Amino acid sequence: MLAYTMRRLLLLVPVLIGMTIVTFSIIHLIPGNPAQTILGEQASPQAIADLEERLGLNEPYWVQYGLYMKDLATGDLGTSLRTNKPIMDEIWPYLAATIELTVFAMIFAIIIGVNAGIVSAWKQNSWFDYLSMLIALVGVSMPIFWLALMEQWIFAQELGWLPAFGRDNPRDPIISTTNLYVLDTIMSGQFDKTWESIKHLILPGIALGTIPMAIIARMTRSSMLEVLRSDYIRTVNAKGSGQGVVIYKHALKNAAIPVLTVVGLQTGNLLGGAILTETIFSWPGIGRYIFEAINYRDYPVIQSGILIVATIFVMINLFVDLLYSYIDPRIKY
Amino acid sequence: MKTEHAKPMMTPSPKSPPPEDQYVAVSPWKEAFRQLKKNKLAIVGLFIIISFILIAIFAPLLTSSTYSETNPTNRLQSPSMEHWFGTDDFGRDIFTRIVYGARLSLQVGFFAVTGALIFGTTLGLIAGYYGRWIDMLISRIFDIMLAFPSILLAIAIVAILGPSLQNALIAIAIVNIPIFGRLVRSKVISLREEEFIMAAKAQGMKNGRIILHHILPNSIAPIIVQATLGFGTAILEAAALGFLGLGAQAPMPEWGKMLSDSRQFIQSAPWTVLFPGFSIMLVVLGFNMIGDGLRDALDPKMKS
Repeated sequence: MLAYTMRRLLLLVPVLIGMTIVTFSIIHLIPGNPAQTILGEQASPQAIADLEERLGLNEPYWVQYGLYMKDLATGDLGTSLRTNKPIMDEIWPYLAATIELTVFAMIFAIIIGVNAGIVSAWKQNSWFDYLSMLIALVGVSMPIFWLALMEQWIFAQELGWLPAFGRDNPRDPIISTTNLYVLDTIMSGQFDKTWESIKHLILPGIALGTIPMAIIARMTRSSMLEVLRSDYIRTVNAKGSGQGVVIYKHALKNAAIPVLTVVGLQTGNLLGGAILTETIFSWPGIGRYIFEAINYRDYPVIQSGILIVATIFVMINLFVDLLYSYIDPRIKY
Repeated sequence: MKTEHAKPMMTPSPKSPPPEDQYVAVSPWKEAFRQLKKNKLAIVGLFIIISFILIAIFAPLLTSSTYSETNPTNRLQSPSMEHWFGTDDFGRDIFTRIVYGARLSLQVGFFAVTGALIFGTTLGLIAGYYGRWIDMLISRIFDIMLAFPSILLAIAIVAILGPSLQNALIAIAIVNIPIFGRLVRSKVISLREEEFIMAAKAQGMKNGRIILHHILPNSIAPIIVQATLGFGTAILEAAALGFLGLGAQAPMPEWGKMLSDSRQFIQSAPWTVLFPGFSIMLVVLGFNMIGDGLRDALDPKMKS
């Protein structure tokens, strides 16, 4: 296990280096002078000359890449053109907002997806099975930005049940130390504000969680069907255990392994999907941070934002792979 | 219908293979096709896609107006006999724009998938067949590309190339290359050690010929399934880029762009948002239904 973990970590090194090459290239492949690109249209010639010097733009590419890596290694992600602040200092609130949203979306996707999948497998070929698999099929085909707009229209604007924008009530904002609002308000005992932030999470969370929910439901169903046909389940049935015990205690444990991989992959994909959901719900997360940077041609933010999201994506996938081999004792490395 | 495909099995046509092959009743492709025909969802999917293809081809015949024709007096009209899907904030007929938008979406899907398929398959074949350092190199490149959430990588590429439908298409094609590449590579690796490949090598067959005549035909089934599903994904990604303003530009009737242009009118004129989104969903659903059906039909492991 330890050897496997080490090997996986080592394999990560070329991937991480490759990722930095890609983000490094973004600035350099855009036509024009990279220093101008980074500083924007209004930059003074002096500032451009200074930055050219610092980035080593007159040096060969590999030297420039070396300087970029040196900056990254010291935690320098560049400076946002829009706010003039170091990206490293301003990124956490955005990241926290996305983490909160992603976690909520994933909880929704797992609870609904796994249970729908289980019942579909258990009652194979019933109307419930057909209906939930149809919903799952529609779910994976749905443009999430459209679903988000529809939700906003129906539940926020027409029915007025839930807020359509943001993370909190702008007239009564949440003061947060960690920027994870739900966690923070629970810790400080402000339960009315906890409810407020959960209400803000529901619509974007469901929009973001729909695709993973559909994929998890389909995966759970097929995985459960396979397990339910196995001998040991027949034995448990013969013992006379109740259906609930058979399904949730015995079958799910084994069916969960492929489901777990899907959960991991989908969590990573949510980070990409967040860019659309966050734009629609004005959710101040990393996706919106990147999207706004695109509109402002704020290339340092685009570059570092993409690098950070991709790094998290890779880490989640690694974690799931390791967890997978830990949970399933049949897998030996 | 039954007699129709029973016939070719029983009465040998003059061009059919030598008699000793006769008892191999059905070719795997025919068998797969028969399986597919039994799958109701796949047939529905096929019907949806054929409808959209026909709509795209005959767009000018289906509507009398043009997609860019504005008419300020007709602004945000609700659906009526004259404007089936209503009009948008420029007074343009939404039905017309949806119909012409079908052309764009299907084209993007087609070219993006074809591009990804050609490059991905070629790289996958090379990596899987030759192995060693070239496999190492190609596989690492795939790993790096897959390390980015696909929409984000597409955004990065469009940020470099500049926003346009064509660049969005290129970005989507590039993003999908490793998906085909990995699939083909793994298939080739499992085929490489098969006896019939060894035999071909022993006979002195050239590598290029082995790849083209033996490896490729034997890896085609998963490629077809992935291409069908990829069509839907590509259309979704193009719409997402259009929605973010990074794909098609005004006044192109691209469905994602239409959605983002009309989102501010969702409360006063919901039809402006309803129809473009529904069209995207329907087309993608169609491809997913066929893709699922094909997978069940072509993948022998799924048949139990």
